[in-house]
Amino acid sequence: MTAMTNSHDAHDEHHHHDTSKTTLFGFWIYLMTDCLLFASVFATYAVLFMNTAGGPSGADIFELELVAWETAALLVSSITYGFAMLAAYKGNKGSTLKWLGVTFLMGVAFISMEIYEFHHLITHDFGPDRSAFLSAFFALVGMHGLHVTAGLIWMIILMLEVKNRGLEKRTQTRLACLSMFWHFLDVVWICVFTVVYLMGSV
Amino acid sequence: MLGKLSLDAIPHDPIVIATLIVVAIGGLALAVALTKYQKWMYLWKEWITSVDHKRLGVMYIILALIMMMRGFADAIMMRTQLAAATNGAAGYLPPEHYDQIFTAHGVIMIIFMAMPFMIGLMNIVLPLQIGARDVAFPFLNNLSFWLAASGAILMNVSLGLGEFAKTGWVAYPPLSGLQYSPGVGVDYYIWALQISGIGTTLTGVNFLATVIKMRAPGMSLWDMPIFTWTCTWANVLIVASFPILTAALGLLTLDRYADFHFFTNDLGGNSMMYINLFWAWGHPEVYILVLPAFGIFSEIISTFSRKPLFGHKSMIVASGAISILGFIVWLHHFFTMGSSANVNAFFGVMTMIIAVPTGVKLFNWLFTMYRGRVEFSVPVMWTLGFMVTFSIGGMTGVLLAIPGADYILHNSLFLIAHFHNTIIGGAVFGYLAGFSFWFPKAMGFKLDVKWGKRAFWGWQIGFFFAFMPLYVLGFLGMTRRLNHTDNPDWNIWLYIAAFGAFIIAFGILSQLIQLFVSFKNREQLKDTTGDPWGGRTLEWSTMSPPQFYNFAVEPDGKGVDCFHAAKQNGTAYQRPEKYAPIHMPKNTPDGFLIGMLLTACGFGLIWHIWWLVIVTFIATIAVGIKRCYDNDVDYYVQPEEIEKIEGEHHAALQKQAEMRA
Repeated sequence: MTAMTNSHDAHDEHHHHDTSKTTLFGFWIYLMTDCLLFASVFATYAVLFMNTAGGPSGADIFELELVAWETAALLVSSITYGFAMLAAYKGNKGSTLKWLGVTFLMGVAFISMEIYEFHHLITHDFGPDRSAFLSAFFALVGMHGLHVTAGLIWMIILMLEVKNRGLEKRTQTRLACLSMFWHFLDVVWICVFTVVYLMGSV
Repeated sequence: MLGKLSLDAIPHDPIVIATLIVVAIGGLALAVALTKYQKWMYLWKEWITSVDHKRLGVMYIILALIMMMRGFADAIMMRTQLAAATNGAAGYLPPEHYDQIFTAHGVIMIIFMAMPFMIGLMNIVLPLQIGARDVAFPFLNNLSFWLAASGAILMNVSLGLGEFAKTGWVAYPPLSGLQYSPGVGVDYYIWALQISGIGTTLTGVNFLATVIKMRAPGMSLWDMPIFTWTCTWANVLIVASFPILTAALGLLTLDRYADFHFFTNDLGGNSMMYINLFWAWGHPEVYILVLPAFGIFSEIISTFSRKPLFGHKSMIVASGAISILGFIVWLHHFFTMGSSANVNAFFGVMTMIIAVPTGVKLFNWLFTMYRGRVEFSVPVMWTLGFMVTFSIGGMTGVLLAIPGADYILHNSLFLIAHFHNTIIGGAVFGYLAGFSFWFPKAMGFKLDVKWGKRAFWGWQIGFFFAFMPLYVLGFLGMTRRLNHTDNPDWNIWLYIAAFGAFIIAFGILSQLIQLFVSFKNREQLKDTTGDPWGGRTLEWSTMSPPQFYNFAVEPDGKGVDCFHAAKQNGTAYQRPEKYAPIHMPKNTPDGFLIGMLLTACGFGLIWHIWWLVIVTFIATIAVGIKRCYDNDVDYYVQPEEIEKIEGEHHAALQKQAEMRA
């Protein structure tokens, strides 16, 4: 193809080339595919949750108090991410970083509690190898947890980007993508909390 | 250090060893040729790192054609084995090898032949048809290709190291679980499908964003050409169904690697859950394959009848109806599961209803030809062959949709005949039609007609010889995946089917000769104007092969068949006073790097080489982050260069017009 000699100069002359709307739309479609991934695992959980094979059921092992704190941490982190976005659109770098930092800590708190729960269950011999119910439980909740972890890694990268490059249009678009991702995980968690924990405890 | 991998992994089967030697010699010859003609850098700069949708499309089709060779080699081995192993004879393929062959044949033909072929054609044509300069996310497009290639590589590595799955292409548990398939075969299956499947999902996302956000000014959704529309429906199906496959394979992975119990016989597992998930993806998948083929036939029949497509809107709506219905029929793949009569009846009725929009399409094609001046070019021959063949396949499908009949025919060769009837007669004929139709657009010269017709007749006649006997064998009670038989009533039909496979081989051979002859005569067959067939849609307004930026000026996309209209009222090929700079993405090695790292990661997962998994996984993420921080990802094509390239195109058009005058 064609080699460009003065590509950088040319680039600087044309700031109007803005693909952020396409990027956000594309990311939104990606989120829908992710949603179907969760839906498939939810369906599997719904089919298998009664198959406890003589092991414990949800009511036997769920500690709702811990899960309530987890839920609170994640829900609050969605609000703080919202504040970060407001600051980002205003171009306020310091405030954006501050709110992203708070969001990050909330996310870490959520993941820590989840790891504690998993560890607690496995050490009591209620690991995923015990029954189909526990397999489905660990897969569904764990998949959400992996998503949150990926979101946290992404958040670190974006905080570095904001710090080093400021809040140019491209960085704002990326923050908006992670924002959608983060809120999406929140919605999924509300379903997990309701279907797995609340309905499993009654 | 090497996990489960040891020297024992190299197979001792003489057939496999001979194949490996042939592949090694071929690869070596290719490497020597590339070195001799100093093409390595050209290959790297212009192809491997390319983000140009047209080049990626060509690479997808090359991948598909290579995989077609391997998939067909598997097919002809099965047919000859079954022709040899009658009356209780053992034949030449032992069961453990034969089982891998039928599994590999299915996986290759669906995932690594048909999908890349369809995605390749879509890549080349769709952005051009909507007047776009590239897809929405060019880098992602390159990455998708390398993920598909990664899956294909893992799939083929299984031939030389270890084994492939012996489970059939659906890999139903508990057979595919650790207890009954302790080897690496199913792991090859899982990771080859998982990696390429993620690539396909990303392709669906990419092309949906492309048609929604990147259409030429004036082009409404209803104005989009029919091939673009059918691809769009296919992409809707991709983003809606491939995540289900990802989930199903993921859960099977947990069962096999981490002692989970989703699909095991013990501790509450339920293998029917896998089968439901698999077909909730698998049935939409066949419409993902066939809908774009319907679009190809529509473009061809309209172009060569010199008429607008009859019922453009009804075609769009019918494709949408097929897409939606395609999602609520999955249970017909296992009526024998034992669900209630009402459930089976629902899925049976839904399946039969799909025949209605499909019938609408057939009548639309017939009415397009009616009172047209149909030119019997090679693409039209494929189209007519399809209309006959696919109708038969559709009718046997309606027959199978009756749960009562399905109880008799389930898992018999009748089913095998049916789905080959629709996939070969529908999808493959469509891709081959599209291949000859758009070949001049992609490569700049037409394909040889004589060998093209021979290829068509080889496929068409061979198909009937190879698959009609299987309908009979199904009625005679022969089930699928048999390694040898002992029933004299079946023999004659097995011989005829094997004979048919050889006629198809002649068709495929003709296709290879066609490529060779056409390449040799490329000067005579050259397409100078970019519009060799009198095309109706925007891709024909570009050069052949198109300028790398596709369109110097954004075309007017208003109306169906807008390029045809522009030619009629004399507004086609207008040159502006001055060209504006064009924004283009730069090539990048990152997609290739991620693809190869994930290949290594998959290999590590298959053989339990955990350090390799960790290293390559982290490296993959690192390449992704590096890509995000890369500022130097695009550039502008300057007007002088556009002026020069466009000048050549217009000179060629001028010359052509003078010759006509």
